[in-house]
Amino acid sequence: MQIRKLWRIILAGLVGMAIGVGVYTFVYARGYSYLTNNPASCANCHVMNEQYDGWLKSSHRAVATCNDCHTPSGAVGKYATKASNGFWHSFYFTTGGFHEPIRIGKRNLEITEQSCLKCHADITQAMNSAHSANGDEQTSCVRCHRSVGHMH
Amino acid sequence: MTDKTQTNGNSVWSRRRFVLLTALVATLATIGGVALLINIFEHRQEGRNPFYRVVELTDETEDPATWGKNFPLQYDDYKRTVDMVRTRFGGSEAEPRTPTGFDPRSIVAQSKIEEDPRLKTMWAGYAFAKDFREERGHAFMLEDQTYTERQLAVKQPGTCMHCHASVYVPYKKLGGGDLIKGFEAMNQMPYSEARTKVAHPVACIDCHDPQSMQLRVTRPGFIEGIRAFKASQGVQNYDVNAMATRQEMRSFVCGQCHVEYYFKGPEKRLVYPWAKGLKVDEIMAYYEEVGFKDWTHAETGAPTLKAQHPEFELYNQGIHARSGVACADCHMPYKREGALKISDHHVNSPLLKLNRSCQTCHKWPEEELRARVENIQDRHFKLRNLAMDALMDLIADLKAAKLINRNDNGMTSAQNFQRKAQFYLDFVEAENSTGFHAPQEAARILGESINFSRQGQNALRGTAPAATPQAQK
Repeated sequence: MQIRKLWRIILAGLVGMAIGVGVYTFVYARGYSYLTNNPASCANCHVMNEQYDGWLKSSHRAVATCNDCHTPSGAVGKYATKASNGFWHSFYFTTGGFHEPIRIGKRNLEITEQSCLKCHADITQAMNSAHSANGDEQTSCVRCHRSVGHMH
Repeated sequence: MTDKTQTNGNSVWSRRRFVLLTALVATLATIGGVALLINIFEHRQEGRNPFYRVVELTDETEDPATWGKNFPLQYDDYKRTVDMVRTRFGGSEAEPRTPTGFDPRSIVAQSKIEEDPRLKTMWAGYAFAKDFREERGHAFMLEDQTYTERQLAVKQPGTCMHCHASVYVPYKKLGGGDLIKGFEAMNQMPYSEARTKVAHPVACIDCHDPQSMQLRVTRPGFIEGIRAFKASQGVQNYDVNAMATRQEMRSFVCGQCHVEYYFKGPEKRLVYPWAKGLKVDEIMAYYEEVGFKDWTHAETGAPTLKAQHPEFELYNQGIHARSGVACADCHMPYKREGALKISDHHVNSPLLKLNRSCQTCHKWPEEELRARVENIQDRHFKLRNLAMDALMDLIADLKAAKLINRNDNGMTSAQNFQRKAQFYLDFVEAENSTGFHAPQEAARILGESINFSRQGQNALRGTAPAATPQAQK
């Protein structure tokens, strides 16, 4: 009986320690900041300093933050994207071995393309319908308008 | 009874297993959490202080190793310019050689005049026909010039030090604090005497202000050359260190040496021939006006010129310069060292760092980018070979005419065409990008060169228009 009690205390201590370390790491790494819309938090880990600096000087600085272009509309899509990117970005940043200069992936590029249309639907509708009538892929906005958000 | 005991035993066992498993998971989670915490902490530290001042740097601190104590990352890269790596058309390859009394080097780069013996014909009678090797990295600039066989062929002046050594501090010492006076004094020394005044190949102080680390131009040749060039564009009294933008300086510090030049007058003053402009035609016109020649061609008697690595001039005619891309953007691209962003001081071919050089702007795979560059260079090299053949034909005809002592207007005219044909050809041949810095301009220059060789042959046949190439414009 006594031994079992001891085990329980040890176990509770271990679990508590794990939770404590987890919570502390989350707070220390400013994990909560990733739930906000603040663009500075995207450069927390300095790997996107250039993108952040570029955005500060870009034409879209006054009208769109990181999340406006890089997450889909709707809370579910937004936080699902944030969770997925948050995990993989942290993973590669911690383990190293990512391509330099960093590049946007396929899925995130699609989200970004869609975001252009969110605001510029009026002007892009005519272009896209003309192209999709021929069975082409949708015209890429950022292929030409690359510097509107940030240059690189 | 027995059953119950067994069940009890089982449940105790499974509870123990549960406890153990939970403990294991909690332990692993704690280990992982702490590891992550430390990793984040380390990354934070990396991001904190980019610079520790360990030593005091002054305007007299010549030794790059001293600067390296404050800037170890940049210094490490700088030291790596000893690397000898080939690209398809450029770069250098280590070749073993047996040291001699004059030349103690046991490794040199491959010989260009052995690779293409037509160069010997083009430079007949000039020291470059004796020894001309592929350039190695910055680290070798002083050593390779000290021991080239050209030193034995001709008595070289101290002017050479301007770009083959770190001269900022030596110039200032020699001039009693006046950079230009020191420059003038060293120009007039024999090479061997000037060699004793310098100690390092290009060093930190040649491009950086020791207090602010800002880029600055320290070479009198460039200070005066760019002033003359700006004056030709209507900007008077241009002071490069006060008036150039930061981005311009990221090309100008390279343009201090990677340029066409000549030694003016008996005082051997180094001059960049830019008073009419940076294009080959404008430089040629300048040489025509001042009546300069480097040597008299041994086989034809033509008053010939040697073009010298005009990278800065050719780059300025290209699309990258026009788009505001500086030399350093491709040859010293930014790179990540921990959390720091530093410019790569291991200066070499962008083909050896395509991702950081090209992919910052051009979002294509490395193989595609390499293929694009080599496509341009292949075409350039073919055209360069045609121009070389055309020049060889003209030189052969002129040589034959000289053997029978021909001495008429046609001969003089043909010699002048040789002077132009070979300066234009040499302009892109001596240039170190195999046409890449400005592909269309390089092709135009080679086209002009081929045309000059053709006109020279016509002049010998007596069918030539007496008009000079300039008048045709």
